[in-house]
Amino acid sequence: MVEPLLLWRRLIGAQIRSQLQYRLSVSLDFLGSGLIAFVDFLAVLVIFHNVPRLNTWSVHEVAFLYALTSISFAVTDMLIGHLDLFPQLIRTGNFDILLVRPRSTLLQVFGSDFAIRRFAKAVQGGAVLVYALSGLDLHWTLARAVVLAVSIPAGCVIFGSVWVVGACLAFWTTDGGEFTNAFTYGGNFMAQYPIDVYSAWLRRFLAYVVPLAFVCYFPALFLLDKRDPLGLPRALEFASPAVAAVAACVAGLVWRFAVRHYRSAGG
Amino acid sequence: MIEVEALTKRFVVRRGRFRRERHVVEAVNGISFRVERGELLGYLGPNGAGKSTTIKMLTGILVPSSGRVSVAGLEPSSRRIELARRIGAMFGQRVQLWWDLPLLDSFELLRHIYKVPADRYRTTLTRFREVLDLDPFLSTPVRQLSLGQRIRGELTAAMLHSPELLFLDEPTIGLDVVAKQRVRDFLVQVNREEGVTVMLTTHDLGDIERLCERLLVIDHGSLIWDGSIADLKERYGAERTLVVDLEEPAAPLEVEGARVERVDGPRQWLRFRGSAAELTARVARSARLVDLQVAEPDIEEIVRRIYGGG
Repeated sequence: MVEPLLLWRRLIGAQIRSQLQYRLSVSLDFLGSGLIAFVDFLAVLVIFHNVPRLNTWSVHEVAFLYALTSISFAVTDMLIGHLDLFPQLIRTGNFDILLVRPRSTLLQVFGSDFAIRRFAKAVQGGAVLVYALSGLDLHWTLARAVVLAVSIPAGCVIFGSVWVVGACLAFWTTDGGEFTNAFTYGGNFMAQYPIDVYSAWLRRFLAYVVPLAFVCYFPALFLLDKRDPLGLPRALEFASPAVAAVAACVAGLVWRFAVRHYRSAGG
Repeated sequence: MIEVEALTKRFVVRRGRFRRERHVVEAVNGISFRVERGELLGYLGPNGAGKSTTIKMLTGILVPSSGRVSVAGLEPSSRRIELARRIGAMFGQRVQLWWDLPLLDSFELLRHIYKVPADRYRTTLTRFREVLDLDPFLSTPVRQLSLGQRIRGELTAAMLHSPELLFLDEPTIGLDVVAKQRVRDFLVQVNREEGVTVMLTTHDLGDIERLCERLLVIDHGSLIWDGSIADLKERYGAERTLVVDLEEPAAPLEVEGARVERVDGPRQWLRFRGSAAELTARVARSARLVDLQVAEPDIEEIVRRIYGGG
């Protein structure tokens, strides 16, 4: 269990060293990502400039949701966001190289890139979290601290699972990551807002199909001591780690199934 | 080492712009062969004949549609990881080294990927550094290597874990004469001295002639030759060609024991078996000769002829 993680760290280390060969490019990318992230949060402030509340949610509460989602998403994006380019690996047939090595293909794909620049987005998420907490009067208990600490890695696993399942489509389509982007980048966008602002079918979709509501919405209900106005069971507030585990298993199985359908490319 | 029985791979392709019809293409169609430990085997075929598809099924990259494969006693697609530890693969047209890092870093990473013990890694690498003369560019980023240097790096990468069986897909493609020779010498050495079984796919018939004793030829998904190069020449190449230059253009010569294959002005090409001297004498009786030359069949022509179904 530990050895694959060490290998993964080594592979990522190699990617970081590779990117640091192009220092200027990395710095500019980092700045650019940071700037985009900053403008992105302005959109939330613009909404609250016009309305005092979204349903029952204040600006600081939405900022709290936004921060949790952003941090989870950014960390995932940094570690495995390169799955967006996975269709290329399939199309060119370079996936062959991973298959002739005695290691899990998923581990090798995870270790094939590392986006330093996307750390900027996590920094922005941290800043928004500070802003949110400054305006919220939270009563910290041990349970709350644990839920907060667990919800970020659980969120990463949920986002990561969506990414992996999306990448698997490439085994059949050989191209086109845009459909997947709708669930990863699009999912990130949707999860930044309280899901009770969405219509019923979309809410159910986010709770039960692509479980992005567990990235931040349900943990946030508990942390902010709010009730789901639509009466979803309260137990869901603690379900994020379990949902993450299930999502990861599903993603792993889909991946295994997909690899057996790999057709490679000529050459 | 390798046992293949009635191996088949079908692909479903869809054709047509609007009403997409399903077509089944048999990339590899029921081939069977055996490779013994220590062989150095050439695998030849025109583009799209099914060469790469076969190799991919042998290495566990593709799952066969039907038939049986066993490599080093393992079924490749279901025991991919176990098999990967025991085989090495190099695809001349794919880069498996880390592009932006020094060559040595790639070797270090592969050492961990293959879990090669540190002392064995050191011995193996020292030997490759010597045989393939890697030292001058060991700390150069891969993207700055010449093709010849990179291929030497790729070969090392494919063999750091001391595989029993090596699959090489076009290992000399694009290399200059000197670099080609170096790669060939290396393969012979690895095969003879260490008993590594080598299966080589290539378009370069020079590779085949200098390296391989046995040759498999595939076309349209079926094996059309399995045997030694000498037998191949015997079977398809026993005919030689006598090229004669006559004094003036003439109708195709009618000579016993030969047939005219081509006429170009005063020059004629005659295919024949047996003695060139006797044929020359016969030709001289029926026409006035200015010059002549005898052409031996080369493997390239032989292969062209078997692809042509001759």
